Amino acid sequence: MSVYLDAFSLVLQPQVLMVIFLSAGFGMFVGAIPGLTATMATALLVPLTFFMDPLPAIAAIVTATGMAIFAGDIAGGLLRMPGTPASAAYVEDAYRMTRSGRGAEALGACLFFSVIGGITGTIVLSLAAPQLAEIALKFSSFEYFWLVLLGLSCAVFVSPGPPVLGLVSLFIGLTAALVGMNNPTAEPRFTFGSIELLAGIQLVPAMIGLFALSEVLRYYVHPTGSTRTPPVKGSILRVQLGNLRRYPLQAMRGSLLGTAIGALPGAGADIAAWISYAVSKKFSKTPEKFGTGHVEGLVEAGSSNNGAISGAWIPALVFGIPGDSITAIVIGVLYVKGLNPGPTIFLTNPQMIYAVFIVFLIANLMMLPLGWLAIRTAGTILSVPQRILMPIILVFCITGAFAINNSLAGVLIMLAFGVIGFVLEENGIPLAPAILGLVLGPMLEDNFVTSMIKADGDFLAFFERPIAAGLGIAAIAVWTLPLILRLVRGSQRNGEAT
Amino acid sequence: MKRRDLLAAAALAALPLSSAFAADYPSRPIQMIVPWGAGGGTDAVARIMASVMQEDLGVPVNVVNRTGGSGVVGHSAIATAKPDGYTLGLATVEIAMLHWQGLTELTYKDYDILALVNQDPAGLMVAEDSPFTTAGELLDAIKSNPPGTYKGSGTAQGGIWHIALAGWMLDEGLAPDQVTWVPSQGSASGITDMVAGGVDLVPSSLAEGTAMLDAGRIRALASMSKERQDAFPDVPTLKEAVGSDWTMSVWRGVFAPKGLPEDVKARLTEAVKAAYDSPEYQEFMAGRGLGTIWVPGDEADAFIAASDADFGKVMKAAGLGDD
Repeated sequence: MSVYLDAFSLVLQPQVLMVIFLSAGFGMFVGAIPGLTATMATALLVPLTFFMDPLPAIAAIVTATGMAIFAGDIAGGLLRMPGTPASAAYVEDAYRMTRSGRGAEALGACLFFSVIGGITGTIVLSLAAPQLAEIALKFSSFEYFWLVLLGLSCAVFVSPGPPVLGLVSLFIGLTAALVGMNNPTAEPRFTFGSIELLAGIQLVPAMIGLFALSEVLRYYVHPTGSTRTPPVKGSILRVQLGNLRRYPLQAMRGSLLGTAIGALPGAGADIAAWISYAVSKKFSKTPEKFGTGHVEGLVEAGSSNNGAISGAWIPALVFGIPGDSITAIVIGVLYVKGLNPGPTIFLTNPQMIYAVFIVFLIANLMMLPLGWLAIRTAGTILSVPQRILMPIILVFCITGAFAINNSLAGVLIMLAFGVIGFVLEENGIPLAPAILGLVLGPMLEDNFVTSMIKADGDFLAFFERPIAAGLGIAAIAVWTLPLILRLVRGSQRNGEAT
Repeated sequence: MKRRDLLAAAALAALPLSSAFAADYPSRPIQMIVPWGAGGGTDAVARIMASVMQEDLGVPVNVVNRTGGSGVVGHSAIATAKPDGYTLGLATVEIAMLHWQGLTELTYKDYDILALVNQDPAGLMVAEDSPFTTAGELLDAIKSNPPGTYKGSGTAQGGIWHIALAGWMLDEGLAPDQVTWVPSQGSASGITDMVAGGVDLVPSSLAEGTAMLDAGRIRALASMSKERQDAFPDVPTLKEAVGSDWTMSVWRGVFAPKGLPEDVKARLTEAVKAAYDSPEYQEFMAGRGLGTIWVPGDEADAFIAASDADFGKVMKAAGLGDD
């Protein structure tokens, strides 16, 4: 018990609380600007943390990243510019809710269920980090291959419309992912001699192009009758209690699944959000509403991706293994501060670890008022008529695509993907699977090729390890079960007829 | 801090008038390009370097990660920047390797080298549940089993740790691919995969395995260096363990595009030296188990030339060079 008291006294210092507050504002600001990411917020903070005590240093990073990730959802909901690939899972629902005048509810749900996911993840982290990390350590390339395949399959089946169109979109993403030399043999592919393309298609510019620029293009090609988006009015947070009462199971399931997937060093919030969105649709009473501005998937996937962010700290603290680019930076800071990650940190420095958990809780709770403020502020930009708003979005698209790497290549990629996105949508092909294909394509290839090298080319090795076999069967079932069910039903019907 | 910001802002405002004169250098923020991702060893070295250097130079030094293409993208960005002292980069050993693979035309000769500041020898690590407790046992097993029985990982195909392993195998009179190389995104994912039972050994630097070593999940069998490392005094050198003279290490340095004005180069060299000598830098590096070396610009050419030639030999012999 005294450990908890020590931890509280560490956190409840004016300096620590001040740092939390300031970095919350900083994270909110960085995240709300399209093209600036949570990873960038962390990287910008690191030089400052060299001059801080260990706890405020970690608190600054934890708070800023949490805020930045949520703030990325604001641009997603209002301008259809998802801040992270994880929020691309539900950007369509959030944007359509905004267009139909329910922007406050949509963004409020992003905020409220992010907080729920984050808090659940923190509780799991504080209770079971060492045990979960043990399980995470059993994942090798075989397991990751199936997990990635499962995530991609989910993206195809949850996208609105017939699965074959989702598949088309996925393959466009996978094809784009072939570009560059980030493949197992490190051979340049489809780079046409460009040095910039050696790094592959940059993700953030592609995402901005696909979603936001395509929307701008559509506005100019088919000017709509309504020139004004309904303003973001009404209750932001109060309605969320109703949503929680309506979808308690979804929120819990999303948070826990997200935390578990986040704990795997090779998988993160992206896969978590998509699998959760798919799970939500699968078990929903109204799956047909998904993708049309329905809050249910938002609840589950929103909880899930924030759960995953807490989950990523599990392998980072217990084994010093980064679960994502943010924890990779944090591990560096921990070393600088003499808090070497490892199982012993829970024994040698328990008050510090518990203090970090308390910071997680405070950061998540602080998100509610600050997020509320950010939604209200950002909402006012929507009162601008579309003919003024669209050029502003275009400027955001260009600066965002440039800022991610300070290079013109980003802008060109953004423009190219904007045209691709426009053509796809004109033909009723969903955009989201393409993004997931682009993110996970290299992982799929890497894990497949390295597994085959390890197995000396024997494909059966993909089923030899118990967890791999389980995931493999699940991934195959996602594809074959609907077919089998249809066949069974068909033959029953035939049986009745004859 | 405030006051310096003000000064920097004033300097920025005066920029159009003064930028022609190197005597005013530096008068605006400097960009430091890192060819590898945020959070890795190179990134860590760059960030600590940058944060100490900006104290000395009085202008912000911003770290920019330009990743991808096995380091080609970032190294090209450093070389092709304007040589005005406002773009620097933290170049890595790969600059002596990539051109042998035919992945770029760039060599160390395309840069003004300010100094090399970090060096880490390759190691040899196995999982805690591995049957091998010494490098000798491991080598015997590798020798007595058919090629490809054992698998190693820790970097990309043809990356520094792959060369370290292939070179050691050649030194033992074995085929360079006696141990099959499984490419990975980096040493962290290679080590994780080894603990999960995916591969048998990882020859990356011991610094990159610190956390897992401390946690008792992996064992360090050897260090591919002439002497034992200060941070790992119990780990024998390869010479002590199996009698091999093979050594290999990664090095990193602060580079600038070729053609810096002399006075700018002198000012930057001074700042890098001051940063290297600062307690912040030394403590940071020791804390992460990263090794420090000081090779000033005029000696660095010879140092890298030797390293470059070695890589050429090993990579050709290992069939990893561009024919």
